[in-house]
Amino acid sequence: MGLNEKPLSTLHEKSSYDLGDFDVPTGREEAWRFTPLTRLKGLHNGKAEAAGHVRLDVDAAPEVTVETVGRDDARVGKSFTPTDRVSAQAWNSFEKATVITVPREAVASKPTVLTLTGEGDGAAYGHLVVKVEPLAEAVVVLDHKGSAVYADNIEFVVGEGANLKVVSLQDWDDDAVHVSHHHAQLAKDATFRSFVVTLGGDLVRLSPSVAYTAPGGDADLSGVYFVDAGQHLEHRLLVDHSQPHCKSNVDYRGALQGDRAHAVWIGDVIIRVEAEGTDTYELNRNLILTDGARADSVPNLEILTGEVAGAGHASASGRLDDEHIFYLQARGIPHDEARRLVVRGFLGQLIEKIHVEELRERVMSAVEAELAR
Amino acid sequence: MSTLEIRDLHVAVEDKEILRGVNLTVNSGQTHAIMGPNGSGKSTLAYAIAGHPKYTVTGGRVLLDGVDLLELSVDERARAGLFLAMQYPVEVPGVSVSNFLRSAVTAVRGEAPKLREFAKDLKNGMDALSIDPAFAQRNLNEGFSGGEKKRHEILQMELLNPKIAVLDETDSGLDVDALRVVSEGINRFRATGDTGVLLITHYTRILRYVKPDFVHVFAGGRIVEAGGPELADKLEAEGYEQYTKASA
Repeated sequence: MGLNEKPLSTLHEKSSYDLGDFDVPTGREEAWRFTPLTRLKGLHNGKAEAAGHVRLDVDAAPEVTVETVGRDDARVGKSFTPTDRVSAQAWNSFEKATVITVPREAVASKPTVLTLTGEGDGAAYGHLVVKVEPLAEAVVVLDHKGSAVYADNIEFVVGEGANLKVVSLQDWDDDAVHVSHHHAQLAKDATFRSFVVTLGGDLVRLSPSVAYTAPGGDADLSGVYFVDAGQHLEHRLLVDHSQPHCKSNVDYRGALQGDRAHAVWIGDVIIRVEAEGTDTYELNRNLILTDGARADSVPNLEILTGEVAGAGHASASGRLDDEHIFYLQARGIPHDEARRLVVRGFLGQLIEKIHVEELRERVMSAVEAELAR
Repeated sequence: MSTLEIRDLHVAVEDKEILRGVNLTVNSGQTHAIMGPNGSGKSTLAYAIAGHPKYTVTGGRVLLDGVDLLELSVDERARAGLFLAMQYPVEVPGVSVSNFLRSAVTAVRGEAPKLREFAKDLKNGMDALSIDPAFAQRNLNEGFSGGEKKRHEILQMELLNPKIAVLDETDSGLDVDALRVVSEGINRFRATGDTGVLLITHYTRILRYVKPDFVHVFAGGRIVEAGGPELADKLEAEGYEQYTKASA
């Protein structure tokens, strides 16, 4: 490296719209080593023909416009470039994209809810753009249900001083496979709040990423997952601090129960040379409730500048603490209820942060139902 | 009228015998102090009675009003009327004090308390122990000081109103003011008349505030001497030395 060259990040260097630029993953690659490729039903190797269907129903706030557009629409694909094989496959395979626009300075009076219902049989590919123009504010809910083999890219384009809150629920049927990329691009002083809840599906691999185009951006990414026997739920986060004085906070928590319940969490944060004054923290915690469940948790913090305001990460996976349970039981609380109280407490602190009240209740009752199994 | 009977209790931890035949009967209306040096097995007695999984009972019985507690699970023992105030209450993240107390009271009473009544009981209980009302919304024991944790244990005892309360070194780590507040709580509980107290302590200091009816000296995993309150004065003057030598 010459004196005038900047140090480069080693994380996520490759990006392309061209499917041919990505080899079919073998499972040996760093990005794929945790994912059971045989259960992707061909989303990764080109064999998943787009014969299926995921129905989209939109209940939009009156201030928001909803359009269905073709691949050639100028707003599509502007904020991101695919960074892995399945993302590139989805980009090359979708036919119609949905564009949600929150006009300049508009404040959406209610959440815009997109319900995606998998109708089984065959793969489907999707593309969604949520464009929040300068100084506008909105809440968007993505509610995934049904049975599907689905790969999609979502672009959240948050304009100057705008505020976007997103809740994405993966509440699929047991046999669903979902590989999704959430790309958020934050302009100057933009605020982005993402809350991911993953409960259902045979295999869900969700990759939320954040990029900044100017200083002052603030991203908060939270997630809750509950992994049952045989499920593979994977979350791969990337926050790329390439602008000075931006913030990011990541907090993902999961509970696992049952044989071969597998959670994967990857938290990559890059603080590039230009990103002075960055303030970032990422956290992942897993609560393992039974034997046979496994959590892989890998935080990567790559700091290429010496001038950060704060940078930290933490990862902890542990079993339910016998001393906690003993304490509650010693006060007369039966074992199962003690366990529920502790798990509900563990996830509840985060669930409280969900931006939509009805969803908080729904997620809390879903967690209760999982615990009662 | 309730009775806790401990008969020839033997307890081991990881194959090491800690309790070697403990015999003790506590009736309601009585306060028994168990005093002994560190490592004598006092806390083991408390945790074994409560049913902590780390301790294995290798012999003997523990009866509460004729029911063998050793046959019951930890929560069943609590619902049968046993309470253990812990020496080191654990922090439980995400579970609020008020939610925890309501769950505990519901479990012990067998029905959910009326919300308004419970709120009043909780407020009165907290006031009496000089606990900041904001604690009700905090996570269980999380960030509590040593004294706050102990006061919170006594609050639970008063709300759950057990037949027999075992207090494991509740006085340790308390300053004089906190000790007085905690002792007043124990005395209020005793004054109800139909409860028995087993007070485990290393120091005689708390016995100036909470007068025992009986004092037992614990050494080498069993009771080695029993007497009235005057035995505490003797221990104050002479220490545990003679007992530790004898049991060694």
